[in-house]
Amino acid sequence: MAERITLTFTLNGKPQTLAVHPMTRLLDMLREDLGLTGTKEGCGEGECGACAVLLDGRVVNSCLIPALQVEGCDLVTIEGLATASGLHPVQAALLAHNGAQCGFCSPGMAISAADLLRRCPNPNHGDVKDALSGNLCRCTGYTKIVEAVQAAARSEA
Amino acid sequence: MRGFLPAMELQRPASLSEALQMLAAHTGRPFAGGTDLMVVYNAGKLRETRFLDIARLPELQGIRETPEYLDLGALCTFTELLAHPAIHRHFPNLVKSAKATGALAIQNRGTLGGNIANASPAADTPPCLLAYGAELELVSPRGTRVVPYELFHQGYKVMDLAADELVTRIRVPKPSGTSVHYFRKVGTRQAQAIAKLSLALVAQVADGCVANLRIGLGAVAPAPVRACHAEAVLQGQPLANLPVAVALEALLADMSPIDDIRSTAHYRSIVTRNLLAQALRTLSATGN
Amino acid sequence: MIGQSAIRKEGRAKVLGATQYTADVPVEGLWRGATVRSDVPRGILRGIHFGEGIPWSEFTVVTAADIPGKNRVASIVADQPFLVGIGEEVMHPEQPVVLLAHPDRYLLEAARKAVRLEIEPLPAIFDMEASLRQDELIYGTDNLLKEIRIAKGDPAPIWETAAFVIEGDYRTGAQEQLYLETQAILAFANTDENGLRITIQGSLQCPYYVHGAIAGLFELPADHVRVTALEMGGAFGGKEDYPSLIAGHAALLAWKSGHPVRIVYDREEDMAATTKRHPSRTHIKSAFDANGHLLALDVDFQLDGGAYATMSPVVLSRGTLHAAGVYRCPHVAIHGRALATNTPPPGAFRGFGAPQSLFAIERHMDICAQRMGMDPVELRRRNFLRLGDSMATGQVIREDLDLAGLMDRALVELDYDAKRKRFQTENAASPEVCRGVGFAVFMHGCGFTGSGEAKLASVAGLEALPDGRVSVLAASTEMGQGKHTVFAQVAAEALGLPIELVEVAPSDTSRVPNSGPTVASRSTMVVGKLIQDAAVAFRQGLIQQGLLHEPFTPEAFQAAVRAMLARSGSYKTYAQYHTPPQQKWDDTSYQGDAYPTFTWACYATQVAVDTVTWEVAVEDFVAVQEVGRVINPTLATGQVQGGVAQGIGFGLWEEVRMHNGRMANTQLTNYAIPTLADLPEIRVVFLENPHPAGPGGAKGLGELPMNGPAPALLNAVDFAVGPLRLDEVPMTPERLLDRAEEVARG
Ligand SMILES: Cc1cc2nc3c(=O)[nH]c(=O)nc-3n(C[C@H](O)[C@H](O)[C@H](O)COP(=O)(O)OP(=O)(O)OC[C@H]3O[C@@H](n4cnc5c(N)ncnc54)[C@H](O)[C@@H]3O)c2cc1C
Ligand code: FES
Ligand code: FES
Repeated sequence: MAERITLTFTLNGKPQTLAVHPMTRLLDMLREDLGLTGTKEGCGEGECGACAVLLDGRVVNSCLIPALQVEGCDLVTIEGLATASGLHPVQAALLAHNGAQCGFCSPGMAISAADLLRRCPNPNHGDVKDALSGNLCRCTGYTKIVEAVQAAARSEA
Repeated sequence: MRGFLPAMELQRPASLSEALQMLAAHTGRPFAGGTDLMVVYNAGKLRETRFLDIARLPELQGIRETPEYLDLGALCTFTELLAHPAIHRHFPNLVKSAKATGALAIQNRGTLGGNIANASPAADTPPCLLAYGAELELVSPRGTRVVPYELFHQGYKVMDLAADELVTRIRVPKPSGTSVHYFRKVGTRQAQAIAKLSLALVAQVADGCVANLRIGLGAVAPAPVRACHAEAVLQGQPLANLPVAVALEALLADMSPIDDIRSTAHYRSIVTRNLLAQALRTLSATGN
Repeated sequence: MIGQSAIRKEGRAKVLGATQYTADVPVEGLWRGATVRSDVPRGILRGIHFGEGIPWSEFTVVTAADIPGKNRVASIVADQPFLVGIGEEVMHPEQPVVLLAHPDRYLLEAARKAVRLEIEPLPAIFDMEASLRQDELIYGTDNLLKEIRIAKGDPAPIWETAAFVIEGDYRTGAQEQLYLETQAILAFANTDENGLRITIQGSLQCPYYVHGAIAGLFELPADHVRVTALEMGGAFGGKEDYPSLIAGHAALLAWKSGHPVRIVYDREEDMAATTKRHPSRTHIKSAFDANGHLLALDVDFQLDGGAYATMSPVVLSRGTLHAAGVYRCPHVAIHGRALATNTPPPGAFRGFGAPQSLFAIERHMDICAQRMGMDPVELRRRNFLRLGDSMATGQVIREDLDLAGLMDRALVELDYDAKRKRFQTENAASPEVCRGVGFAVFMHGCGFTGSGEAKLASVAGLEALPDGRVSVLAASTEMGQGKHTVFAQVAAEALGLPIELVEVAPSDTSRVPNSGPTVASRSTMVVGKLIQDAAVAFRQGLIQQGLLHEPFTPEAFQAAVRAMLARSGSYKTYAQYHTPPQQKWDDTSYQGDAYPTFTWACYATQVAVDTVTWEVAVEDFVAVQEVGRVINPTLATGQVQGGVAQGIGFGLWEEVRMHNGRMANTQLTNYAIPTLADLPEIRVVFLENPHPAGPGGAKGLGELPMNGPAPALLNAVDFAVGPLRLDEVPMTPERLLDRAEEVARG
């Protein structure tokens, strides 16, 4: 067994230190080493976006990231999206508009949508498409997810 | 996850020179954004077990602009490319191909160097880089050399890249004068899709004629290729009267498409020619 | 409450990422399970070899020889083994043979690869043609998993005299459900003084199916098996029968190892091994009079059923029963066959046979209109079923059915007439992109087919909770369709309470009665009705006991419930399904009321076909349907949009590529489901026509939306670039190019 390394990074706003194998998938590190199971595995090949997290403020698929590359980074998972005062506007809108059916894509979808609204507070349909087309959903046909994101933008703006 | 974690190694060299020494000592293979390697690892099909994380080496980062060319670090992600105004100004095909690569999370992580060195025949930026006449800077402990990108791919996953070499930078000359840029990728769907085929064309136009034209093809040969036969037919021809039929015929000699899981040889052959015809319609239209 | 868009009950946990799906549940001392599968399509298992370099003593290994009870998965025909034993026949290339468990996932995967199976190969058959020709006899005496005939009148003499006789052949491919959460099961085995007890938790649609499978596998009394459906990340039919197999595997490993075991398939294994939509072939022969009235219909409908019967008999049944579409026809003969092949058995997938046969008939109607020089709208209008008409089985339409009204509404929403004219003119100039409009009119039978509901005799109930709230008791599972919310709404309405005071109990066989499987668009209509009845009884009980007086406040109701509990300890009411007296069905002749009722729809779409690449873009999609009363408009709209998206995938892109009985494209990168960039806004319209069979007049909804998109799309593509031989889905760009070249060649 290759050696573990000590990893230091920021997780949902708090400093975190952890001993892991450097090639552990970030997805497994979150789910198994840290017990944060909100981040989902839908494919393990970078296609579905269910494992999306924010790494230094950018959306990435955690199934494609080895633990070593998280060293020193700022990591936000679905567990870090809501605040003490309540749901993130994107989460509230997904709930209100039935944008989450089975809910398996929802954590990744919420992460991607939150990132979009931060970069682009008033997204048009094309912006939403560009931001969310890497998040597969098999339940909704996306119509209500787009509605939710647009509603969240209105409430944020 | 089908990869065998206990057998894996991933180290981070502190500097470019250390990285090159480690490469030369066979301590590991380069690991950049991981968007190709991790997929193979997840599938349990990664043959190598030792890797060097090169993602933070400063020499491989950033975009520098000179009057003649753009100098792109191999570690530039697609998102970084898309954020740079000079790319939009001079290389619209690179914009299109970067936008057509995977989806946002892939564009945030995947690198230009990785796209080149992964040597997939279906990769999206290589046909564009071929059509723009790019050059690669390769560095090893033995020194630095520059190779024209069109000579880099030599067969299926065969490259002019030694085991101790890194792709450090990609230089793309700015097209001068009036130029026409065409890129189109045909994938399995509109986003998050690997190309069934793609075609990039860049032509400089002077005096109503094609002054300088290059065509890059994706997914119709063992590696990204230039369409030399078709180019030869079109070079110097008047825009008002392009020998379209002859060029389409010549394009057949530039391709060796196959049937695979994504498409058929027949479809690839026909639609690649359709794309060239469409590109040539765009080209003649600029003449009017 | 009914008719309002109550917020999804479990929605908050879902958007927070707090919902625990099966793979998320923390388990002390967990081991992981893996499955070693045959890699040849057919043969006799001769030996199992455990390779070098693996610490086998640390592993739990299970083979068929370990099975304590019946090595057959309980189903309609119990023909599928949990594991193939030495000397037994391997029937398909993903067949489970050996099970492994170990606490370390990496070692487990290495071990899985190190097991070598020695299989003496036998010749195999991979498609319906070979099965029908009996190139090899692999199942019974004729390779038929099931055969059905429906007859009405006598088509034979009509062919001679009709003004038009038009024939066509149609095919549909396999389709993967592609629920985003892969199959996952957790098993616990404990032995106490009363013997072995097995507990299963997992992503499964039908707790009582799994319950039956485990009881048979271990030969255990019913109360020694407990099955709970956890929250599911989608299912669409894909978690109807296969979880019984996985649960059996996990339970065997837990029992033999003495540890809790979780089996989670990765995407590749899930795609390769688990069920899909049945591929189909349909031949239709139809006769019309000079005015376009349908006189006779002969349909030969075939499904590729794979290596075991599993769900094929019932999928075939539903497909056959929908094969004549929404048309009145005096003479009908339908012949349905499910054929055995050496491929992993397909299974349930939203629509359950109907999308296959409806694709054929709705494509056929457009082709007939073309051949007869008629407008497809007019042709359908002349032949629609109406009140009093009888269908192929003799089932009489007893509701005020207005299919022409549905169709007209969809066409108006799409602006069909104007677009038709405009696109005709534009397309005449042969632009690079040609546009088309098309539609399909179709139905879906609600609830189980024929006598299915009568045999099930489902039960659902209500239970008083200590704080005065009420809990709904039903085995129906939540897979994203909104069952928690809809059941709560139905109960709240009947009780006269706000929805917050109604909770829905977990689908745990130790707590809830058998309300039947969560399939066949039956949960809202059939189970919902039982809940409504139980709720009425619950409220009446409180009133009769003198504890509650109408009108009442929620507080008074809660006080009454608490008083009832104080008096009798527990308070539950139940309702059981009884077939309405007017509904008659004969399983042998296939005559009578196949379904208590149907939902009806017309879907219309606009496409753009790029003749440079032969890619089809869906530019607009309108879904108009009559589903009785809509209980929760927001949830119902979401159901339709999701179903339409899957239907679009089925029609245009989703292709399962088989190679020697095995799926070759088992990754999301090469099996393309629609992304956001591939779909238009899906516009949904409900026309309400309350039906007495369901709670508040509701019918089933889940599957209907799957049936229409494929034919509507191909009809639109044909308008854009046809007439072409568009007889198959998915109509990929490669196929479309081939069809266009066919015409160019002449
Ligand atoms: C879901 C998904 C969608 C995708 N879609 C597309 C698409 O649409 N189009 C497309 O073209 N690609 C696509 N890809 C592939 C991939 O994202 C690109 O090829 C990307 O550019 C690879 O870059 P990387 O840095 O992630 O490569 P890595 O995985 O880090 O490396 C890839 C290979 O290149 C070598 N390498 C990397 N950098 C260097 C260097 N500087 N010098 C020498 N060798 C080097 C590595 O050793 C390895 O062999 C997709 C991938 C995924 C997972
Ligand atoms: S699990 Fe990472 S993208 Fe699907
Ligand atoms: S809600 Fe089920 S996958 Fe999106």
